[in-house]
Amino acid sequence: MAIRAPVRVVARLDVKGPNVIKGVRLEGLRVVGQPATLSRRYAEQGADEILFMDAVASLYERNSILPHISEAARDVFVPLTVGGGIRTITDVSEALRAGADKVAINTAAVRSPTLLQAVAERYGSQCVVLSVEAKRHQTLGWEVYTDGGREHTGRPVLTWVEEAVELGAGEVLLTSVDRDGTRQGFDVELVRAVQRVVPVPVIASGGAGRADHVVQVIQEADAEAVAIGAILHGNTASITCIKQAIQAAGIPCRPSAESVVAC
Amino acid sequence: MLTVVDYDRGNLFSMAQALRSLDVPHRFGRTPADIEQASAILLPGVGAFGDAMHTLRDRGLVAPLCAAAMDGRPFVGICLGMQLLASVGTEFGEHAGLDLIPGSVDRLPAGHGRIPNVGWRAVTGAGATRWVYFVHSYVFTPRDPEVVTATATFGDVTFPAIVRRGNVTGLQFHPEKSGRDGLGLLAQALDVASFDRMHHVS
Repeated sequence: MAIRAPVRVVARLDVKGPNVIKGVRLEGLRVVGQPATLSRRYAEQGADEILFMDAVASLYERNSILPHISEAARDVFVPLTVGGGIRTITDVSEALRAGADKVAINTAAVRSPTLLQAVAERYGSQCVVLSVEAKRHQTLGWEVYTDGGREHTGRPVLTWVEEAVELGAGEVLLTSVDRDGTRQGFDVELVRAVQRVVPVPVIASGGAGRADHVVQVIQEADAEAVAIGAILHGNTASITCIKQAIQAAGIPCRPSAESVVAC
Repeated sequence: MLTVVDYDRGNLFSMAQALRSLDVPHRFGRTPADIEQASAILLPGVGAFGDAMHTLRDRGLVAPLCAAAMDGRPFVGICLGMQLLASVGTEFGEHAGLDLIPGSVDRLPAGHGRIPNVGWRAVTGAGATRWVYFVHSYVFTPRDPEVVTATATFGDVTFPAIVRRGNVTGLQFHPEKSGRDGLGLLAQALDVASFDRMHHVS
């Protein structure tokens, strides 16, 4: 068994127009702040990456998120990932030119899986994040959803992630639609099942309500990264507190930029 | 002025923002003349070794880059730009590098962790530990171990994170994506280097 690589804590910003929003199960969205302000704050707290997800891009078939990326890239010096509404290799080039380091692709990859291959060949697998919206299903285990959790596909998550990684996805951003925004904890079984079938890092997303949920999904499902949204925006837990909890559990991670705080 | 080599191999936007935040005046250089006029060189890069060398050669940049390093101008290579400082690279066949720091670039050993090695890793050197962001599958092993000034680990394998030989410095990680620690190491690499910053800032 190789030594565990340091885990990453990713701050997830779901963006709608000029605002960061947060809902429950990808619905019922409310405004929690502005992308530039929040990305700066979370990076200062020690976020290892910032993930910008355009919450409405697929719905309106347009991209309005890139100016936020460029603004953040002026003074946020950690890797930036943009997702939502990435449909073509041109969209990818534009996102990278705007200052993104990686793109997260869901709907377009489901419709045309070879897009993953095209992006990986041009920019490398490290640039391609497969975004999966997964919902528990009686017979499929978990089913793949697209368009911000609105459209179901009839495809099982486990076979789709395997196929996508073979095509060139270098990471899997795994969002549990059932848990998103609920603060009930991650869908640990889902993360464990996906982690077992793919050799690339899995970013667990959806459901963090407390710092110990993060520790749990790392310990029990072997997640290499976690994406945190709701509890950051609601000031329930800071990146600093989450990282302290990870380190207290004996798991390696980049220490928070801020000194020890009471959590 | 510090010249960032633009040969279509890397995210120059982020590099420019990092240099701006450090108050380091710079410009981008695409032609041999741009490199000849540079007072210092920053060679970034993302991609494959052979392809990058091929592009530099095609554009007539190899000779002026080597000349800049040889006549003592500060020269900093980042990520693939660091690997190109080597004599030889073995990614997709054997390719000659700039040979500014003798040594070879080889694939990370199998069985120690996921490749590419992506993420934040601790870098130690000169008694300090800093956390920086890596994205790489290959590592540079200089012939003279003395030029390695900081290391990181891949599983239980130690590899060079920073190399320095005279005026030539290489950083295997992305300082422009590595928060305050990264900006500090980039400033250090450019300062060893001296010059412009003092000229323009003081």
